[in-house]
Amino acid sequence: MGGPSRRGNAVLVAATYLTVLAVLVLPVLLVMVEALRTGIAAAWRSLLDPDALSAIRLTLLVTLVATLVNTAGGIMAAWLVTKYRFRGRGVLVALIELPISVSPVIAGLVWLLLFGRQGWWGGWLDQHDIQIAFATPGILLATLFVTFPYVARTLMPFMEQQGREAEEAAFLLGAGFWRTLWRVTLPDARWALLSGILLTTARGIGEFGAVSVVSGHIPGLTETMPLHIETLYNGYQTVAAFTMAALLALIAMATVLLRSFLEHDFRKASS
Amino acid sequence: MSVQIQSLTRRAPNASRKMLDGVSLTIEDGAFVALVGPSGAGKTTLLRTIAGLDGPYEGTVLVDGQVLAGRPMRERRIGFVFQNYALFRHMTVARNISFGLDVLPRGERPDRGAIAARVAELLELIQLPTLGGAYPDQLSGGQRQRVALARALATKPGLLLLDEPFGALDPIVRRQIRRWLRGLHDQLGLTTVLVTHDHDEALEVADRLVVMQNGRIVQEAAAETLDAAPATPFVMEFLGEALEFAGRVAHGRFLPDDPNVLSFAVSAGDGPATAYLRPHEARLVAAGGAARAIPLTGGQGGLRRLAVALGTREVEILVLPERLGQAGTEGLGLDIGRARLFRDGAPLAGAPPVASGQELPRVTVG
Repeated sequence: MGGPSRRGNAVLVAATYLTVLAVLVLPVLLVMVEALRTGIAAAWRSLLDPDALSAIRLTLLVTLVATLVNTAGGIMAAWLVTKYRFRGRGVLVALIELPISVSPVIAGLVWLLLFGRQGWWGGWLDQHDIQIAFATPGILLATLFVTFPYVARTLMPFMEQQGREAEEAAFLLGAGFWRTLWRVTLPDARWALLSGILLTTARGIGEFGAVSVVSGHIPGLTETMPLHIETLYNGYQTVAAFTMAALLALIAMATVLLRSFLEHDFRKASS
Repeated sequence: MSVQIQSLTRRAPNASRKMLDGVSLTIEDGAFVALVGPSGAGKTTLLRTIAGLDGPYEGTVLVDGQVLAGRPMRERRIGFVFQNYALFRHMTVARNISFGLDVLPRGERPDRGAIAARVAELLELIQLPTLGGAYPDQLSGGQRQRVALARALATKPGLLLLDEPFGALDPIVRRQIRRWLRGLHDQLGLTTVLVTHDHDEALEVADRLVVMQNGRIVQEAAAETLDAAPATPFVMEFLGEALEFAGRVAHGRFLPDDPNVLSFAVSAGDGPATAYLRPHEARLVAAGGAARAIPLTGGQGGLRRLAVALGTREVEILVLPERLGQAGTEGLGLDIGRARLFRDGAPLAGAPPVASGQELPRVTVG
């Protein structure tokens, strides 16, 4: 490569770094700075507030359940779509990706439409004293919907490339469906699977739109971390809001970093 | 273990095309059978059906007189080796080999020591005693192939099914491994079915060849029979280079259309016929035509290649080097007395087994 184009490359690299710095790193840094404006003790105290603790607990619970359910569902969906050719397969692939393209607010509204007091099944649920909308189950459903595609989508390309032969070999050696999945298919796909799980977790922790619609914003009851941040900020509790935001950002960054680390490892292993 | 297949038909998914079309085949206990044919002939489909892979079929498949469908795999005693080995990438060689034992139900599973001993024994058998701890991607193609075989043999199958097992290997390793495989077959008393598109490989390793075309079995016979009496021109051409001569039978002789090709005696009814023979079976004689011989570079198995210019076309034959040019190079006739005759795609009975045309005075060239 000649001199001018090398210089051009250097400029491009610098520009990319600057953009990343300005758009991605600076906001996070600013959040940290704002959180620590009155000292670390005040920030820490704001996290020990009962409503804050409740929000953290709810977020972790919802994310954990959503990740578990969507890992199982995502594995099945990816396996079905990549290892079998059946009628409607293309439609199924499109459906799996739907939550990525649909606005989360709409996802929340759908659940309200179904389970809200004025919704289709609202009356019946009310009679039987079952709370879904404006309660934890509703938040869970919204998170489930929004985070569904990630495990399936990260597994699909890998499983496609895996093919059927190893599974057929396991079958011919006497392993049943579950044992083949557990001992042959998934261990082979473990990096892709882990990556998908981490992505689901990150997405689940940070989900705002869909959850906001179905939650009802009841502090200490139905507020997740992102919702609580909004409540705090609107109530001029700047330090508390930014501390919670910093915590959220740290968790999200940790998962994303872990994921890219794994991905790097995985590329090395598969090359 | 023996295999009996009766009028087996399989259709391609979502299509009416038949992948297998009324296939009937008996494989006797202890036989080494090769399924050969061009790609798309249905060889692999037949093999997979015997193994119990893939969906429904019409007809019956019996292994040792019993229907396998619905019976647990471990009772079927079938070992299968895939074309691309299909080793488990995330497991060591030893774990790959022991997989079939590891997944046995607790009551039937040998204890750890016994499994380790069996793995060691198999590693010895495949001549890779030190590679138990290696991962498949650290092995060469030939080594992977042998590991795949060991994995298939771990549960002591009686029937070994091999799908193009040597396809991805280089020629030297290929030859070594197929000899070794043949030895293994004899040593372990296996019944082996091998799928290959390479007729040389099939001829070298198998007792019987099953030639397939378009989902049907065209001919099933020992290698020598196939070459001496092929059932169709396709079999003749599939088993090696073949020369084709159109002509007709009249008054007990085959009369080639080409005046430079000699006629020969047959005991078949009058009518059109086509003669096929191998390039090394044709001979040039010093009279009887106006063919010219042009030596070519290259040869095969100690024979030299020779182009023969006939009236309207040129054919290539193989001759012994010392006979090259004995009959001169001009005004020659081509003796095809050892040809197999076909009419309407079926062999013509009564073509004499010995080279005819001996009554004619001639000087042989090749």
